[in-house]
Amino acid sequence: MLQEESDLSLIIAQIVQKLKGSNLYSQLERQAWASLQRPEIKLESLKEDIKEFFKISGWEKKLQNAVYSELSVFPLPSHPAAPPEHLKEPLVYMRKAQGSWEKRILKSLNSMCTELSIPLARKRPVGEQKELLNKWNEMGTDEPDLSLFRPVYAPKDFLEVLINLRNPNYENGDSLSFRTHLGLIQVPLKVKDIPELKECFVELGLNIGQLGIDDSTQVPPELFENEHVRIGQKVLAQQDSAAAQQYIRQGSPTALRAELWALILNISSQPEDVLYYEQLKTNVIQHDLLVDSLIYKDVKLTASNDDYYFVFEDYLYQVLLCFSRDTSVLSHFAFNSASPPKSYIRGKLGLEEYAVFYPPNGKIAPLCFLYHEPSKLYQIFREMYVRFFFRLHSISSHPSGIVSLCLLFETLLQTYLPQLFYHLREIGAQPLRISFKWMVRAFSGYLATDQLLLLWDRILGYNSLEILAVLAAAVFAFRAVNLMEVTSLAAAEAVLADLSTLKVMPLLQIFLFATVT
Amino acid sequence: MSRVLVPCHVKGSVALQVGDVRTSQGRPGVLVIDVTFPSVAPFELQEITFKNYYTAFLSIRVRQYTSAHTPAKWVTCLRDYCLMPDPHSEEGAQEYVSLFKYQMLCDMARVSELRLILRQPSPLWLSFTVEELQIYQQGPKSPSVTFPKWLSHPVPCEQPALLREGLPDPSRVSSEVQQMWALTEMIRASHTSARIGRFDVDGCYDLNLLSYT
Repeated sequence: MLQEESDLSLIIAQIVQKLKGSNLYSQLERQAWASLQRPEIKLESLKEDIKEFFKISGWEKKLQNAVYSELSVFPLPSHPAAPPEHLKEPLVYMRKAQGSWEKRILKSLNSMCTELSIPLARKRPVGEQKELLNKWNEMGTDEPDLSLFRPVYAPKDFLEVLINLRNPNYENGDSLSFRTHLGLIQVPLKVKDIPELKECFVELGLNIGQLGIDDSTQVPPELFENEHVRIGQKVLAQQDSAAAQQYIRQGSPTALRAELWALILNISSQPEDVLYYEQLKTNVIQHDLLVDSLIYKDVKLTASNDDYYFVFEDYLYQVLLCFSRDTSVLSHFAFNSASPPKSYIRGKLGLEEYAVFYPPNGKIAPLCFLYHEPSKLYQIFREMYVRFFFRLHSISSHPSGIVSLCLLFETLLQTYLPQLFYHLREIGAQPLRISFKWMVRAFSGYLATDQLLLLWDRILGYNSLEILAVLAAAVFAFRAVNLMEVTSLAAAEAVLADLSTLKVMPLLQIFLFATVT
Repeated sequence: MSRVLVPCHVKGSVALQVGDVRTSQGRPGVLVIDVTFPSVAPFELQEITFKNYYTAFLSIRVRQYTSAHTPAKWVTCLRDYCLMPDPHSEEGAQEYVSLFKYQMLCDMARVSELRLILRQPSPLWLSFTVEELQIYQQGPKSPSVTFPKWLSHPVPCEQPALLREGLPDPSRVSSEVQQMWALTEMIRASHTSARIGRFDVDGCYDLNLLSYT
């Protein structure tokens, strides 16, 4: 009991410390000062009267949402003896692997710098600044020469690093025994099995209404859809983050989705936020980074060729270039196993402000369907990256980290589709080699957009990426009959090449709740 | 509560195994670590802190003096405390752990020796132990706060000047002053951990290479 109380007060102290620097704190202060004019606030019971005022005016709800969002994002305080690296990642060998992976990327960037004789960062001359400002909204029309730039790494390279991850204290014997992992991932992380997943994703059950299943044209809307939309509007009127997160587990109506996501991620459109975005935009215009060219090349290659997302090319440039200069992203490095790269400015140590990540443009594009205002789009993307998507690009033992997702996928397939797994392994088509690219991009670019948004609803609702691994296994289960007949990796990839016709929710429901085990 | 580190001597771990250690195939699943306190008199144990390394279950026995005349006896104070919920997977394998007095089965007065019994039933791990072991006893009570001089030795009150209107109610005034003092204290004490957001040094952001360290 004693321990729980001291843990609780430690958590409270941490959250208070974090919120003190936020916008909400100064707003609450201003409101409190303004409320002193009101007649019902008396000096002797100042504290209680102001608290009552906050409750009535809705400010307490905003504070509740902020606290809830902090609890969801930041990990629990750790043991006092634990060093900060331990908070990032408790397992030493994973920290080392992440460190060497980062070094590899840095070496690649540095060598590109020296080969092409381009500085990593430089201040733009005034003429160039003016030019960029003029064509800020149409950067997609530019056609600079990017042939010399090559991508820093591809998902395949990252997968190879994950496959070679080994725990030095683990029995990695050569002989096949009960302890050998049949899949590609060889680290013994704890992953959930289907009974545990059923418990975790209970709202996806067969007897509970879902958007993505129970809103199809054959089902009369009075059965589920109308009521669900009504509840959604009520949740938005109450402005309660926790209720919204619970509600969205059954899917979000298209009309309410943009607001619901903003509520869950606790994003408000204050003038300060627009100003912050403008400040980032100024940084982009004033300084030119090497990464900009890499981002540019990557967006050109992927988004402009995509049937759904080419219209958003200009938005993608704006958001990504600003993101690479956002220092607030650094605060999440405290609990991410990655570290921001450093560099020296005129002999003094300066922090390189861009995380060396795989350009996440694939994850911005679907957001463009929901948000049209650049600063709001930027905030939503940044919040989603900092909460979820960064875990797909770094090596860690977190249950939503890419290593755990890969292991979860392989374990589910082995346990519930053993024949398929064995067959694919025999023909040299390890299933993870096909599904890795889906999971690392959170299925963006592979599913139809409305299905993707339904999937991301659940990611927000359950605050975890495990559903990506479950969906990957469900896709394999769905195409099992065709896969059993293939005889090579290329043929297996061909069977699974086109996912754009798949309906996500029925697949998940069948795999979790309706498969005979 | 303050705590004081007790200097201890941790003996090397001894594996308990049935049969001949050299010829048997398997690895030992039980290790015993003895901890002695050579220069310290029997003390009251407050806290044990360590870093786990793939140990699944921990039992602790203490040798304590119950009274002045009887010899010291071994008592089990912790039985099969679970450090890894699933011995075959990595959960909890490298965590920092603290064990407190209130979690123990017996009282921890007059402890002279400690014995840690580590168990790891899973054959998957090559070795297991606990590291960075630290034992704490109760520290002295926190030093008393010294009051400012004017609070403990109030100035003898002078004759108050005559007021035109009636005196305000003293209890009301004192409660208001108390509230305001509390508010000013809070404002003074608050500091934040938010970042400012500048990344350039003196307006310059010319970088040439990333550093590897």
